[in-house]
Amino acid sequence: MWSWLTKLASPKRFYDLAMAWIPWLLGLAIILLIIGTYKGLVDSPPDYQQGESVRIMYVHVPAAFLSMTIYVIMAWMALVGLVWRVKLAYMWAKSCASIGAVFTFLALVTGALWGKPMWGTWWVWDARLTSELILLFLYLGGIALRQAIDDRNTGDKASAVLALVGVVNIPIIHYSVQWWNTLHQGATISRLGKPLIDASMLSPLLIMIVAFFLVFLVAVLMQVNNEILERESHTSWVKQLLGMKLSNDR
Amino acid sequence: MRTQQKQRLYLVLFIIAGVSIAIGLMLFALGKNVNMFYTPSQIVAKEAPTQTTIRVGGLVVSGSVKRQSDSLAVEFVLTDQTEQIAVHYEGILPDLFREGQGIIALGQLQPNGIVKASQVLAKHDETYMPPEVAESLKAVHQKDSP
Repeated sequence: MWSWLTKLASPKRFYDLAMAWIPWLLGLAIILLIIGTYKGLVDSPPDYQQGESVRIMYVHVPAAFLSMTIYVIMAWMALVGLVWRVKLAYMWAKSCASIGAVFTFLALVTGALWGKPMWGTWWVWDARLTSELILLFLYLGGIALRQAIDDRNTGDKASAVLALVGVVNIPIIHYSVQWWNTLHQGATISRLGKPLIDASMLSPLLIMIVAFFLVFLVAVLMQVNNEILERESHTSWVKQLLGMKLSNDR
Repeated sequence: MRTQQKQRLYLVLFIIAGVSIAIGLMLFALGKNVNMFYTPSQIVAKEAPTQTTIRVGGLVVSGSVKRQSDSLAVEFVLTDQTEQIAVHYEGILPDLFREGQGIIALGQLQPNGIVKASQVLAKHDETYMPPEVAESLKAVHQKDSP
């Protein structure tokens, strides 16, 4: 039953498969980004209270959603690496860290830009904003920890443990707006019952979320492939592949 | 799964469970201190300290906003649908400030029960809709409640 997964864990198979998928995913990502941006900036109404500022949401919400999703993927890969000693899982965990940090930063910055005109402040130390900032520090801490350790194997394990410990923060971010009084508003999409967002605003938002996820997939696949080439450079298939590339370039 | 893998899995799960419990206890101990603001009910029930700076959160009562004509001073009443508390503020109000809107005021609770605010933040709720929809909702609402 798990044979396909074991096969996929082989760096060579994964490399070939990822190379085949990247152009399609990238094309789809670009198309959805264009549609989502057009719908978000032009073809959607202003909000009844926020006016035009509501359009920051079409970047902020996907970025925040991905900052948490990528962390869960990273922690999952860290677990697989620690328990099953799968090399590819560590490569995934490493690649997720930097991309996740970018999306977290984007979520924080767009949130601040929206907060200034709407709330009246760039930043408040409420539970949602603080826990999202901790998420950024967890990403950066994991990257720094890996960089600080010369031995690749030890670095992988150390940052995997940190990633797993930090996963506690994810439910805290998600439920912070329910558990405590916060300045940040509650969840709009991921709540049960009637959605509180108008359909004309929901559709660009959902398109942007899918588009951002595709952008993440493309970035992570490229980075994992890079990592494979570097870490497997002693194997004959990588040598052959790079040799072929070199002779082609000449 | 081999025995060694099982052992490693249990170890990792044990660490995660341990950290979760530790963080959970910490947040439980911090309790209401993590809250961003006090509600008017909490202030009326004397749960809020009087000498230090606190935050009060609530809805601006319709018709309660009184502006001074010669200065930026403004007075309004906050409610959480059960209790009310008056707020005095001098300064520029955020875009989202209006009657019926959720507001968080940072300031000191005076002995006379009025909060003297040094900062007013507007809290946005989780509804998003175009102005036309809001207008029609309002119209329907007014028809229902004469």
